[in-house]
This record gives sequence, C-alpha cells and structure tokens, in this order.
Amino acid sequence: MIGWKQIPPGMVILEAGSALKIKTGSWRAAYKPRWIEENCIQCLLCWLYCPDNAVKVEDGKRQDFDYEYCKGCGLCALECPGKKGNKAIVMEEEVR
Amino acid sequence: MVTPLNLKELSKKELRFTAGHRLCAGCAAPTVVKMILLAACDYPVVVASSTGCLEVSSCISTYTAWKVPWIHSAFENAAATLSGVESMYKALKKQGKIDKEIKFIAICGDGGTYDIGLQSLSGAMERWHDMLYVCYNNEAYMNTGIQRSGATPTYADTTTCPAGSVIPGKPQPRKDLTKIMAAHGIPYVAQAAPSHWPDLMKKVRKALEIPGPKFMNIFTPCNRGWRTRTDDAILLSRLAVDTCFWPLYEVEKGVVRVTYKPKEKKPIEEFLKLQGRFRHLFEPGREQLISELQRMIDENWERLLKEEEIFASKEEEKEEVVK
Repeated sequence: MIGWKQIPPGMVILEAGSALKIKTGSWRAAYKPRWIEENCIQCLLCWLYCPDNAVKVEDGKRQDFDYEYCKGCGLCALECPGKKGNKAIVMEEEVR
Repeated sequence: MVTPLNLKELSKKELRFTAGHRLCAGCAAPTVVKMILLAACDYPVVVASSTGCLEVSSCISTYTAWKVPWIHSAFENAAATLSGVESMYKALKKQGKIDKEIKFIAICGDGGTYDIGLQSLSGAMERWHDMLYVCYNNEAYMNTGIQRSGATPTYADTTTCPAGSVIPGKPQPRKDLTKIMAAHGIPYVAQAAPSHWPDLMKKVRKALEIPGPKFMNIFTPCNRGWRTRTDDAILLSRLAVDTCFWPLYEVEKGVVRVTYKPKEKKPIEEFLKLQGRFRHLFEPGREQLISELQRMIDENWERLLKEEEIFASKEEEKEEVVK
C-alpha cells in the first residue's frame, strides 16, 4: 500500500491489472469447487462464466482451479454439463 | 484475422479484466465484462464506466482490474466523458499522431444509465459519437444498498420500495430504455443476456463494426440484491429469457429483429420463485399480482413480435422489388 504522497495526480493508476495482487481466494466462506478431470468434456463454459477468472486454461485445454482468486460462488458447478450426467465440478466443504 | 467466436480460440486471448476485483462472489457483472472484452479481442479498446458496483469494485485505491485504458469521472457522465475521449482520438487521428483503429466502449450500471446518466447518454448518442454504450442491468442501485431504479421491475422488493402491507414492492412499471435508445434513431440497439453468450458476443461484434453510436442493454443478475443463491446468475439469466421477462432482440437501422424465441415460453413464476425480492408475491391472496405481471410480460412480448412482423413483411417487399 502506498501513501497519498506517492499517488500520481488525477488518481491515475499506471500499473494495468494491479488488482491481481489482491488474492480474493480468502473470501471463500465454506465451500470450494473440485474439478474431476475424467468427467470433463472441455466445453470451457466454466472458464467463460467464472466471474473471477479462477479457471485456468492453457492452449485451449482446461487446467485446475486457481484457488488464489476463487470466491467459491459455485456458479461453475451449477452450470457444468458434465459427462453422462456426472458433473465435472462439485462443491466441497472446505476446512481452513 | 477475425478471431472465431468459439471458446477454445477465445481462451487463448488475454483476459483484459483481471481477477482480484472486489465484486461479490457470484456477481454476473465481471462475466458480462469478460464477454464484451473477449468479443472485442481483435481491437484495442478504451473503456469508460460511471459510478456503480463495477467501477467501485474494479479500481479500489491504487489497484485496477482493467488491462485496457479505463476512465471514470462521475455517476452521471460516462457517456459525456467517453464522448470527449473519442473526439480527442478523432482529432489526433486527423493530425496523424495516432493510426490505430481504437474502439470506445462505456460499461455502466442501470442507475448510471436509466436514471442519473440518461441525459449525458442521450446527448452522446444524438451527437453521433462513435461509441458502444453498454448497460449492465442489475435492476436497482446495488452498490449503495438495493434502492429502486428506473430499471427495477414491477413488484420487486427494494429498500426504497419495501414490500409490506402498504405496497407490494415497486408499484410502477420499469422504464423500457432499449426502446428509448432505439427512438434516438441510432444505427444499432440490442438487448442481450450472459446465458446466451454467443448471441451477446455476436451483438457486441456487430455493434463494434458499425460506425456511430450504439447501445446495448445486458441483463446482469445480482445475488445480493435479488436475494438469491450465489451460484444461479446464469440460471436466472436463462429463465429471464425463456419466460420472455428479458427478450433478446436488436434494432438495426430501425428494423426490429428478435434474435431468440423460446421454443416453449415458461410461466413467469419459474423466474420469480427463485428470488427473495419477489417472495411476497407467493403469499396467499396475492395471486393476482403474479397474473398481472404475466399479463404485462405477454403484452410486451406480443408487441415485440408484431413489430418484428411489420419489418419482416417490408424486407420481403424490398427483396421482391429487387428481383
């Protein structure tokens, strides 16, 4: 955190995407999502819908969750189509 | 080369709205912003926001979630601010100081669009600035604590129109801003929802390719304000479209086209019953309020289909003349 004397005039923020320093994963209250790879059809809807960019994708392939930013809303688990009725994302209780 | 609108290709693009923003868990606004910026992935963009949830949560203190040039000045003037930026760009381009093809997008909440920012929006559209104005519509002033706005639907409970023995939530109908913007005679106006993301992205793409002022109204569920679960933003958006509570349509050069017609129109109860802001409508003795809502939605939908029909027949006539 910088003091007011270091803030540029006009409250200009010079570092793009500096919010990445704020790890919103600490917001998760009780549940966290778990990815079950064998049920994943790689539709990437979770990546698109996630409000916190907490689904990592590399070269068009889904990777695991980014728990540093996941707020645990559960949107991905609800929308996951899964494979033959088996969801590829489930919400599990998280003990901290 | 134009990036195709499939998720595999889009996922290779940089996300220009980062994680670490402080919007609530399960908020649909960052999802909507992500979709807009992905649809615009082939262009450098400049974004302006008016005061609202998105603005206060995406640039707290010295932390910004934006990876595009972004400007905020006040609640009522995002359109005016962006008009100025766009005019400066035009001047610099004329002087040969800039040669990039930059797109200008305003992303503002319904309070900053329907009510407080309406005059500056109307002015910017009338002055024909080359910009796309997007309203992410969560149907109340959520940032300050769920006060009613011009976008709040009839009978919704908010802190300034609380449902009780005196009134059953907001007594007035919501303002149809999409139609008001269409009445400005601007080249492109559309309504979209994040559950139907290919439709949303296609509309953003189409809008960005048209020179002049464009307006889009995007449905954005808010779990805190609507008193719903944190995981059902996309589900609610889908239900709003399937019940015709939020029809998806566009008005291009005055021609109305409904871009999605539900195969089976669902009763409005299915959308209402998931939300705490409509809970009071399910109390005994208030059945007529739901049928009243259903009637309003039916009338709106019928009118929209009729409007489309008028233009459809004219388009056919034109084609015949050409033949």
